[in-house]
Amino acid sequence: MRNTHDTKLIFDLSKPGRRAARLPACDVPERDLAELLPAAALADAPPALPEVPDPQVIRHLVNLSTLTMSVDTNFYPLGSCTMKYNPKRNERAAAMPGFADVHPYQSDATIQGMLEVLYNMQESLQEISGLPACSLQPAAGAHGELTALLVAAAYFRDIDEPRTKVLCPDNAHGTNPASAAMAGFDAITLKTTADGYVDLDDLDAKLDESVAVLMITNPSTLGLFEPNMREIADRVHAKGGLIYLDGANMNAILGITRPGDFGADMQHYNPHKTFSGPHGGGGPGAGPICVTDKLAPYLPAPIVRKSGEDYSLDFDMPKSIGRVRAFFGNVGVLLRAYAYIRTHGPDGLKRVSENAVLNANYLLSRVKHILPVPQGNRCMHEFVASGKDLKRDKDISAMDIAKRLLDFGVHAPTVYFPLTVPEAIMVEPTETESKETLDAFAEILFRITEEDAQTLHDAPHTTAVSRPDEVRAARQPVLVHAE
Amino acid sequence: MPYLYNTPEDQQAMLEAIGASSIDELFDPIPESLKLDRPLDLPPALSEMELDQHLRELAAKNANTGNSVCFLGGGCYDHFVPAVVDTIGSRSEFYTSYTPYQAEASQGNLQVVFEYQSMITRLTGMDVSNASLYDGASSAAEAVLMAISCTRRHGKVIVPASLHPEYRLTISTYLENLDAEVVELETPAGVIDVEQLTAAIDDTTAAVVLQQPNFFGCIEDAQSVANAAKEAGALLITAFDPISLGILARPGDYGTNIAVAEGHTLGTPMSYGGPYLGIMACDKNLVRRMPGRIAGETVDRHGNRCFVLTMQTREQHIRREKATSNICSNQGLFALRATAYLSQLGPQGLRETANLCLQKSRYAAEQLCEQERFSLAFDQPTFKEFVIRDADNDVEGLLRSAEQQGFLAGVPLGQWYPEMADCFLVAVTEKRTKAEIDQLVDALAQEKNNRQGRQEHQAETVQH
Repeated sequence: MRNTHDTKLIFDLSKPGRRAARLPACDVPERDLAELLPAAALADAPPALPEVPDPQVIRHLVNLSTLTMSVDTNFYPLGSCTMKYNPKRNERAAAMPGFADVHPYQSDATIQGMLEVLYNMQESLQEISGLPACSLQPAAGAHGELTALLVAAAYFRDIDEPRTKVLCPDNAHGTNPASAAMAGFDAITLKTTADGYVDLDDLDAKLDESVAVLMITNPSTLGLFEPNMREIADRVHAKGGLIYLDGANMNAILGITRPGDFGADMQHYNPHKTFSGPHGGGGPGAGPICVTDKLAPYLPAPIVRKSGEDYSLDFDMPKSIGRVRAFFGNVGVLLRAYAYIRTHGPDGLKRVSENAVLNANYLLSRVKHILPVPQGNRCMHEFVASGKDLKRDKDISAMDIAKRLLDFGVHAPTVYFPLTVPEAIMVEPTETESKETLDAFAEILFRITEEDAQTLHDAPHTTAVSRPDEVRAARQPVLVHAE
Repeated sequence: MPYLYNTPEDQQAMLEAIGASSIDELFDPIPESLKLDRPLDLPPALSEMELDQHLRELAAKNANTGNSVCFLGGGCYDHFVPAVVDTIGSRSEFYTSYTPYQAEASQGNLQVVFEYQSMITRLTGMDVSNASLYDGASSAAEAVLMAISCTRRHGKVIVPASLHPEYRLTISTYLENLDAEVVELETPAGVIDVEQLTAAIDDTTAAVVLQQPNFFGCIEDAQSVANAAKEAGALLITAFDPISLGILARPGDYGTNIAVAEGHTLGTPMSYGGPYLGIMACDKNLVRRMPGRIAGETVDRHGNRCFVLTMQTREQHIRREKATSNICSNQGLFALRATAYLSQLGPQGLRETANLCLQKSRYAAEQLCEQERFSLAFDQPTFKEFVIRDADNDVEGLLRSAEQQGFLAGVPLGQWYPEMADCFLVAVTEKRTKAEIDQLVDALAQEKNNRQGRQEHQAETVQH
């Protein structure tokens, strides 16, 4: 059934003279290029793009789409990524011409509906986080981290307390230390205990007046709520530092607890995770941030303000860090998130988190007999199993399990992260999966662990390709198709 | 709840398996004192029909290209999006998947990235491309960080005033806590003065950032700028307009080291500023410093050609604080749309699109300048945008009046250039017809009469 002809590289399907696009005739007096532009500015020939008609573009790309596992086709328990169902009503909303075909430099008077949506998003995100100010500008979670750290740096500069360090627990997402370095801070790793919590002794040892920010993911990447959260925040605050909450795991706590209430001064959201914006095969996301009042003056401009029934963009923010991108933000993603929040309302959002946590705990109860889950019996929205024993006893690695799952039509969990768990297998089922799907996953996992090692080493067996040679890809890079 | 499966019976059975008495018990790890003791203060839930109606009402309050004629530019343009692009962008196998971490489950996605990279290198004349960044401005800032890292020059980065003001601001924000200084070069003639540039560059200069065509729509002498940068050992970063490359020389042709662009024009709607597509391509010797994901070709265990994410030791999930960037999620869906767009257009289609932009914008500029009130701010060749100076110095009134007649006529420049408060930027894409251009000219000419009428009326009122 697989179409190997039309999935050749598009350049190999091209033939000179075949073309799809036919543009209107020029309806203004046309002049020679040489008359309009200096010769040095002109190209000798147009770029060597493929020449293919419409049906070929469609057949090629539609066939390639079928070689891609997705939430709409498969269970996708990729830990930390919250691969929940992407509602189709949100797609329809974002495509409405009154939203999609609007230019970012239109005057405020011509976009009152757009500004109302964005203002309401600011308000909703502030309420969900318990933090009173919001910027919708950042383009992704990591971009939100960077923005917030630049806000923190501006704050410390402004109060004349330049600080140089950012603390990140050893189980943090890689983006946390990378964002710290990009914002000009030294990233210092904080130990976690065997239970997976922040090591308070190590915190005390590393915490002083040079620490600007402690970045914490709570619930953590192990799917655990940090029991000492308030204590950690108090200690950091006592030294004048700030708490940054990596909001990747907000799906566990909507309407249950709020970062602003447990000590965070700043946080980002991943609307493409928590609020169901699709992941787009790698993006787009969005990375709105919420902060406390004292940090609000430093947020990137503009912010949407409401006065009476009128909405406007406020650029008059003299202490603002400036901009982290052009234009307003990833509005299309924010619109989908708005549709999601309005679909759920306050009770619905709480049901989302309750069922995300219920599904994760149920799956944990089924999986822990098959693979050990070192950090316990219970979890929040995800858990991290370890393939360490299987590796030792049967030479089966976490990667082998991940690859073999594909043969059963299940996308692999996140593997080898967090770095603190050997042979980590990080499972996040999300709330939009049924008990039957979770049962089936547990049964598949059990069956796989009973298989002989060779079957797993050679897996997957049913996909278009199997075990690409990644070393070759990195050592002899072929990054483009030669002309 | 529309997206949940669990019935009360399911929940009960699951709780029993867990050994918990209630869902609340699952949240016991959260200290009681930190829990929210009230419902979130958000509006109540809407059914799908109510949501649809609510959003249609809000959407109806926005002028858009369906009910207004758009001559706005400044980095975002009303270009045509072919239907095949929407069809491919709506394939849910693509848009509901994520980063292709498991290559076997994502060959389609990975091959598209590889084809995208290949098309971007052909478009730009550069050696390599990444899989995308956020947008044009943040790509320019990432390019600056990359240039500092590649040259090990932490002194300064030169940005001309003819570079998009929001790109300049983004670069400054990114560099605020780092050692390097942003040096701004005035461009009173609308383009870079190469002598002045040469004088500003020294051996601490990491990069010169060029925009071609520049923010004012003018064509820069890219080759001379490139030569000046090269002589001083600085890298040339070029922010280009992808559509312009149907007729203009490619960044690689004149010696660009890192090429960046806002790529939304390749098949992604304007959506009030995002999400868009950050394009980045560079010299092959810089690739190990490049931010973002990269797909590469290899073979699988059966020897079949296949594609993987590669050179990941540059990235945050491996290198953490030593990574080339913190970027994780990129703009994959729009790299896909760009691939479909460029395939559909082909070399001739891109050339014709670029030519239509050029011809129509020149026609529009000439027609506007027939009016005594208007003149071109710069005596330079332009591509699809140009700056109009209003002798009556009433840009705001002019644009508001045009708005009321259904024209989004231009972007006022005083917000970024105080000395250009009497100027606005007009963009003309391939979508604009001669009739629309003529109507715009009439509408703007008429505004003067209206305004004179208003003023005379006011004067009369005062006299009486």
